[in-house]
Amino acid sequence: MITKFGRRAFLAGVAASTLPLPAIAQAAPVRIGLLTIKTGSLAEGGIQMEQGITTFIKEKNNKLAGRQVDLVVADTGGSPAGAKTKAQELIERDHVDVILGPLAAFELLAISDYVAQQKTPMLSLAAAEDMTQRKPNPYFIRASATSAQAMQPLADYAAKELKYKTAVLIAEDFAFGYEQMGGFQRVFEDAGGKVLKKIWVPLGTADNTPFIAQIGQCDVVCQGYSGSAPVKFMKQYTDLGMKTPVIGGETAGDDALLKSFGDEAIGMINSCPYTMDLANNANKRFVAEFTKDYGNIPGFYAAGLYVNGQVVEAGLQKTGGNTDNKEAFIAALRGVSLTDTPRGPIRFDDHGNVIGNIYIRKIEKQNGKLVNHTVKTYENVSQFWTYDEKWFLAQPVYSRDYPPLKS
Amino acid sequence: MKRIAIGIAILLLAAVPLWVGGSFYVNIVSQVLIAAIFALGLDILVGYGGLISLGHAGLFGVAAYTVAVMLGAGFGHVAAIVAAIALTLAATAVFGVLALRTTGIGFIMITLALGQLLWGLAYRWIDLTHGDNGLSGNSRPAPFGISLDPTNHFYYATLIVFLLVIAAVALLTGSPFGASLRGTRDQPRRMAALGFDVWKIRFLACLFSGFCSGIAGILFFYYNEFISPHALALSASAEVLLMVIAGGSATLLGPIAGATLVVVMKSVMSAYIERWNFTLGAIFVLIVLFMPEGLVPGSRRLSRWLWATLKALRGGTATPAESQR
Amino acid sequence: MNLWLLLTVNSITLGGLLFLLSAGFSLIFGLMRIPNLTHGSFFMLGAYFGASLGMWFGVEFWLAAIIAAVLVAALGGVMERFVLRRLAGQEQAQVLVTLGISFMIADLCLMEWSGDPITVEAPPALEGATHVGALIFPTYRLAIILLALAIAVALWALIDGTTLGAKIRAGVDDPQMARICGIRVSRLFTIVFCLGAGLAGFAGMIGSPILSIYPGLDTDMLPLALVVVILGGTGSLIGSLLGSFVVGFLYNFGQALLPELAYFVLFLPMVIILVWRPQGLFGRRAP
Repeated sequence: MITKFGRRAFLAGVAASTLPLPAIAQAAPVRIGLLTIKTGSLAEGGIQMEQGITTFIKEKNNKLAGRQVDLVVADTGGSPAGAKTKAQELIERDHVDVILGPLAAFELLAISDYVAQQKTPMLSLAAAEDMTQRKPNPYFIRASATSAQAMQPLADYAAKELKYKTAVLIAEDFAFGYEQMGGFQRVFEDAGGKVLKKIWVPLGTADNTPFIAQIGQCDVVCQGYSGSAPVKFMKQYTDLGMKTPVIGGETAGDDALLKSFGDEAIGMINSCPYTMDLANNANKRFVAEFTKDYGNIPGFYAAGLYVNGQVVEAGLQKTGGNTDNKEAFIAALRGVSLTDTPRGPIRFDDHGNVIGNIYIRKIEKQNGKLVNHTVKTYENVSQFWTYDEKWFLAQPVYSRDYPPLKS
Repeated sequence: MKRIAIGIAILLLAAVPLWVGGSFYVNIVSQVLIAAIFALGLDILVGYGGLISLGHAGLFGVAAYTVAVMLGAGFGHVAAIVAAIALTLAATAVFGVLALRTTGIGFIMITLALGQLLWGLAYRWIDLTHGDNGLSGNSRPAPFGISLDPTNHFYYATLIVFLLVIAAVALLTGSPFGASLRGTRDQPRRMAALGFDVWKIRFLACLFSGFCSGIAGILFFYYNEFISPHALALSASAEVLLMVIAGGSATLLGPIAGATLVVVMKSVMSAYIERWNFTLGAIFVLIVLFMPEGLVPGSRRLSRWLWATLKALRGGTATPAESQR
Repeated sequence: MNLWLLLTVNSITLGGLLFLLSAGFSLIFGLMRIPNLTHGSFFMLGAYFGASLGMWFGVEFWLAAIIAAVLVAALGGVMERFVLRRLAGQEQAQVLVTLGISFMIADLCLMEWSGDPITVEAPPALEGATHVGALIFPTYRLAIILLALAIAVALWALIDGTTLGAKIRAGVDDPQMARICGIRVSRLFTIVFCLGAGLAGFAGMIGSPILSIYPGLDTDMLPLALVVVILGGTGSLIGSLLGSFVVGFLYNFGQALLPELAYFVLFLPMVIILVWRPQGLFGRRAP
């Protein structure tokens, strides 16, 4: 079961009378709103998000930069309208200082304008590219990755180290799928590879067989499924006797899915902004605490929220715990640069998007359990990969038809 | 008596921003009103016409997307709203022509399939709809120079539309047309034998419900300033149907009660009850067990029964429990 | 060449699975006129029950599938006895309560099994692939075809060859007359509802090695069951068998050949068929 922290649980801390406080106003707790999904088909990632931030706040003894923390958790139910209502609840009723979340890109896009009007800093894992590219929101920060941020290095690795020449891309028929595959295609082709086909599978498809049947001959299949769908895809893929190696991104090989995968996932190369086997202090601490509290290993969503917590803490430290001046607070948050996070060192670019490591992992079986073993680290990867930022932004956003296939 | 009750209700609604406690709750009431408009329209079909539709979220979506696309293309609000209503009516006409070839489960299934087609279109016609990324709008209209951007202004605009819709529904159901619609629900053959054009009556009911869905869709878009395919999903069609049935179909207040129940559970109670989805399901089951006719008619029945019991008690007929004392 | 054969075989497999799912729905609707929108939840619950029996107690696959079916059937029985029984003829209340229960089941599954997807291995005897001509096809999927046919035959024998079946047929055709003839229609309802729910639960476990189990499986499957039953015509076993295969073929060939129209390959033909024949492909015209 989920450890449940009531909405007001964090309020009921002991008054911090023994601590030196910067100012009287700061005696009030800092209020963090979490927009997550705890019901419906996206709940798996949403529950991990809550567990990740809870682990962080607990580790900090419920105190960030000298202020008590009041965490308010809101369940959007996984719909854009729900996300809007819950964002209003957090901002207008609960007066939070910062929002963590939401999970899905369509939720983020539904609330972006509103949150910017309200000048509330928002740190989300949702990967929609244009949020930090062509339609930036000055109050938005992304410490995880854009859709393509981990796919671009993956393509580089596939072309240069694995020496694949031809690839078929298969992903779900929505923006996250398009953007992931677009990033892979651009870099793979620039490295001399060729994308033969892009296959889009409608969301909620029960049987992928008709789509897998279209794959045909190629050196590698790159899949961009998300949520629980990668598990189903890998099963159906191997059931059909497909032997072509499969690679994928952070949702395709998420550590949180490892206990669900069968042996068919062994050997899958995947890229992710977080990897559980990173041997730095923050990650060791995080994994130990998380495993102890939840009896479960953390994945990308849990780690992402832990890192978001660290960013908030660092931002608060910079402003001396002050959140009243929102411009100053967002500037402080965007200026954060950390060396010891579960995903390694991070800093932010001018658009509020993270520059950080991307890990290429391989799924292996150790002691009867599947694990992701890091085989290569791409350091300080930007959302623009190695491309010139101006050039990159002048191109259209990755979409269903862009980049086009080369015939 | 009834007039006084209506007057008090309108006063209470008009004073919502004063007593409800903050802009968040004013917004919730706006959401309830939008959902109620949607449900009231559907009730014409479901309650009075006896035709259950599982595709109305598609019509709702047609209106919302039309406004979004028109505004995006640089048209003004009036043009966008007129176009949205026209297109929604056209889509409803197609729904009606195709689905009214049958009734009962056949009608449910054709509307379901048509709704799913519109949902698929919203996902797939990316050039127009931007797929699951949805369309944002960043302006609300300003009728008579009053901007609807502030929460309270938007609430009052929604309230006025809501009152107009409920008045229209009351007039419609009280009219001879309403009577003949109920006739087609209860005795379609007899109605046909009496010379009524059953198909035409049902078709008009369908158009009216589509019109209300369109109005609700337009308000929904202006409220959220965003539309994406999720609003057209089967679950959205099911949700509005549940509002109608849970509140009590073929009543004026039922769909409003149902809309209030669902919106409040989803948007307010979900902050306090972690398993709100389970709770909502359980409430539906309890409603069916104790008030299978719906909340509003059910509570009327219960209160009548309670009233009668109380009266009997006061009349001096001592209950066994009392006589033992 | 291979593609065609693969799609054909997979169409039949999917058809078989859909038949297991929808036969119960069709029977329930045919006899009791209840549009049971909990059916997708029964499917998902059967899968979770079966998988958990395997994970927690090491129960073997087929036995787990049968126990899961019995458990789901029992749940269906409770639902029929205590809730649906009171609602005969109240279509709207039936819609409300079956959807309400499906909300509850979905949320309970999320609580008990968290959101993590669960994969189920096919029984060891059926693992691996079988060569069908030039084609490699997973043995388990071929077995589903046989299983579906066997169950179709068994159901047909039950309905056509036993007194219980005769009573059911009588109940479908004219419940009032059946009651007058001394058939205990109410007990019949319970039996049929249990049978339908149990079949759905069984189908859930049988489908789990292919589909895996995840929150949302219920809402992915329910529309498919509806499409089958509507195309095939309600209350007719042959109808749902043929409807299942029609949907299996539409799904596979439609999505492979017209990937641009993937969202429409099921519902567009459904609209066309229903407009042309509102009673479904194989259904009888309502009196």
